[in-house]
Amino acid sequence: MPSFLLHVNGDAKTVAVDDPSEPLLYVLRNTLGLTGAKFGCGLGQCGACTVLLDGEPARSCVVPVSRAADRRITTVEGLGSAGKPHPLQAAFITEQAAQCGYCVTGMVMTGAALLAKKPNATLQEAKDALAGNLCRCGTHQRILRAMMRAAGRAVT
Amino acid sequence: MSLPSDGPAEGDAAREGAGRSGSDAPTRVSVSRREFIQATGALVVGLSLSGSGAAQRLPAAEAALGKTLDLNDVDGFIAIGADSRVTIFCGKVDLGQGLRIAIPQMAAEELGIGVERIVMIEGDTALTPDQGATAGSSGIMRGGVQIRQAAATAREALIGLAAARAGRPASEFTAVDGEIRPKAGGRGYRFGELVGDKRFGLKVDPKAPLKSPDAYAVVGKPLARPDIPGKVTGRHVFMHDFRIDRMLHGRVVRPASVGAKLLAIDDSALKEINGARVVRINDFVGVLAEDEWAAISAAKKLRLSWSDERSLVGHDGVRAWMRAGPFESDEFLVRKGDTKQALADAAKRVSGEYYWPMQTHGSMGPSCAVADVRDGKATIWSASQATHRFRLTIARVLGLPSEAVRVVYLDGSGCYGMNGHDDAAADAALLSRAAGRPVRVQWMREDEHGWDPKGPPQLLALEGALTDDGKIAAWRTEMWLPKATANLPNLPLLGPEAAGIAQTLGITTGLSSQNGNPPYAVPNQEVLVHWLRTAPLRPSNLRAPGKIANCFAVESFTDELAAAAGRDPFEFRLQGLSDPRGIEVLRRAAALIGWQSRPAPAKRGAGRGIAYIHYKNNESYVAMAMEVDVERSSGALRVRRVACAHDCGLVINPDALRAQIEGSILQTLSRTLFEEVAFDRSRVTSVDWASYPILTFPDVPEILIDLVDRPREPPLGAGEAAATPVPAALANAIFDAAGIRLRTVPFTRKRVLAALA
Repeated sequence: MPSFLLHVNGDAKTVAVDDPSEPLLYVLRNTLGLTGAKFGCGLGQCGACTVLLDGEPARSCVVPVSRAADRRITTVEGLGSAGKPHPLQAAFITEQAAQCGYCVTGMVMTGAALLAKKPNATLQEAKDALAGNLCRCGTHQRILRAMMRAAGRAVT
Repeated sequence: MSLPSDGPAEGDAAREGAGRSGSDAPTRVSVSRREFIQATGALVVGLSLSGSGAAQRLPAAEAALGKTLDLNDVDGFIAIGADSRVTIFCGKVDLGQGLRIAIPQMAAEELGIGVERIVMIEGDTALTPDQGATAGSSGIMRGGVQIRQAAATAREALIGLAAARAGRPASEFTAVDGEIRPKAGGRGYRFGELVGDKRFGLKVDPKAPLKSPDAYAVVGKPLARPDIPGKVTGRHVFMHDFRIDRMLHGRVVRPASVGAKLLAIDDSALKEINGARVVRINDFVGVLAEDEWAAISAAKKLRLSWSDERSLVGHDGVRAWMRAGPFESDEFLVRKGDTKQALADAAKRVSGEYYWPMQTHGSMGPSCAVADVRDGKATIWSASQATHRFRLTIARVLGLPSEAVRVVYLDGSGCYGMNGHDDAAADAALLSRAAGRPVRVQWMREDEHGWDPKGPPQLLALEGALTDDGKIAAWRTEMWLPKATANLPNLPLLGPEAAGIAQTLGITTGLSSQNGNPPYAVPNQEVLVHWLRTAPLRPSNLRAPGKIANCFAVESFTDELAAAAGRDPFEFRLQGLSDPRGIEVLRRAAALIGWQSRPAPAKRGAGRGIAYIHYKNNESYVAMAMEVDVERSSGALRVRRVACAHDCGLVINPDALRAQIEGSILQTLSRTLFEEVAFDRSRVTSVDWASYPILTFPDVPEILIDLVDRPREPPLGAGEAAATPVPAALANAIFDAAGIRLRTVPFTRKRVLAALA
């Protein structure tokens, strides 16, 4: 059984899998118990499974676990917690930026990656960065407000 | 019998984290086998509204098993622990719409206790009364109102108990902060002292006095939802995250075409996959494995031969099919005056035909369920919007008495009616019974897009006539609609159908014929529906069933009449309205967008439209104005601003209400601009987000909302109403911008260009 060393949220974890092409998402959710990233499409189309690989947003539903080995993996659990939320998570809470909330961790990860590069990102930059993250409940406006709040911009 | 205390009890550790969000502890639920059996196969999920650690503990919910579920009993809805904490048992569920805060607000207000001391258990058939499906915008309007009355009854009872202890008249006491206190000051009695862990043993008193709106301290406040911290930090346990001991992962392989029969199975490729096995029950085929990826891989590698079925009309054939039938019946919903004569006599007549295609619920997470069917009992964890109804369905499918089945709600991915969650639960139940172990089934994306029951298609032909002075003299709506089967116990489910298990056949659509009438004064009017016997694909309720398309037709056509009369569409509507609440929202929406009179379309590439609805003719009032740019070269539409004025009576939580309105607007913009299920003679072909695109962030307009709060009116539903005027407001804005009238959804670039040509 092939095994891989994963660096997840600052911890080194060795995981054994039957199939090295198994997407990272299932390893995170089922082997490591990190269920913040969600299965949405398995096609890299919706963004619900977004995690950061070396700081870049990646669709964990289409990244084989073998390709994630030796890279720095950050999941939403590694970003912050309810007690110590990441500033963007805190902004999501302030703006009450979730309805069903199924897609929201993917939004947070994509948004956090943008703000890491552009701490004062504009509304248009936020819209463009999130263009590949789908939301069905229609929470977009609140998510954008949370992004602007975390970017230190006026929230109207 | 005593009620549960909510202190830590044996077995509680197993449930910590389930469904709650405030804690930093990992919330992966693991229930040991021993505790699982102790709990009669049950895992109870509740959500504390408090942020503090100790308060995260759930009530010893299994101790509450056996409590009354009677809608007429206070104990059905409310339990008070020795420490004065309150547990609410709510048959309605939070689907992301905020009932988890709003209903505790209603109860807290009547009881006289802070919401942070209330835990709400939702949608558990062993614990919560059957308050009906969480559907039709009924969560607050009916579910919340029932619990509010139970809370008022409980408060009066607590006051009575305190008065008896003090030997003083009840009128001298009031409920404040979890205590019954003398109004004049002095010692108070904590709720827990008075009734802690005991039953009330009282009927809900329909006359128990409700608090005066003037004294509201909790209702009307934009309190934060308790589940959001857990949701944005990835700790909230969704249905999809729920795991139990010895659970297998299952996948069901759906047929290659709708109605296909299974001819042969080749499972030779499964030998390479660790522990994978096939379950076949007639045409029902599933795979099971210890590991989820193994189950997915096995389902992919299974080689199945199916009969080739070509029974569908295809999406391009739906409109003609609706005209042709087969029909069940014709029904006049409205007949007033002499419409035929008035139309014949009129100097100016207008007509138009409107079409709404089949659409998917499009849940972001494919449907998921866990079932444990063993020893003549079944426990189902499901995101069901109607756990009590579904309990009976599962009992029939499994051939079990209903008492042997428990359905427990867990948060799913947004559903908006009835996606595949019941189907996935039936899949899991059939597989669990076959395996003798708990089974989790999660659909894949192509399953959800391909097989979730779809929003039914609608066709409307409208005809109207104007008087010489520009008023509506006559109006006729003719609708073609699939007819919901009367008394259908449940939507027929895919798994049982394939497995050859008898089900009551029929279709479900929701109340799709409402709001086909003009909401304005029209002396002669007629609404006729041609009820179709079936639908082109298996249908189900989809948000604001039928009423989005009906309002699209009625409010677009109102604009057509206004244009024919040479009247400003806002003034034209106002002239026909007499209901002051309707007038108020219409005026406010116009003010919000800065409406300027336009008796004829400006055709400047940018335009404004307005639309109005009195939802179901007797619920919320909504008016919506919209601004759109139409790019003539490409046919691209860009919605700039949406303004909504909304009156749903008493507002419980204005922020949660705004979220519902925002969601209604954006989701319906998506449905109007982009969405149509594609299918051929055999199967759905739009099975992913590329072939079924929805609204994305760059498409998002500015949204302005004006809430009309009417504290002295009953609270009405708000999960659907604001969705309904969206398509017409947009179509009317496009008319202003470009002089074209779009009557077929979705408003694709191709359709815009064709209309411009």
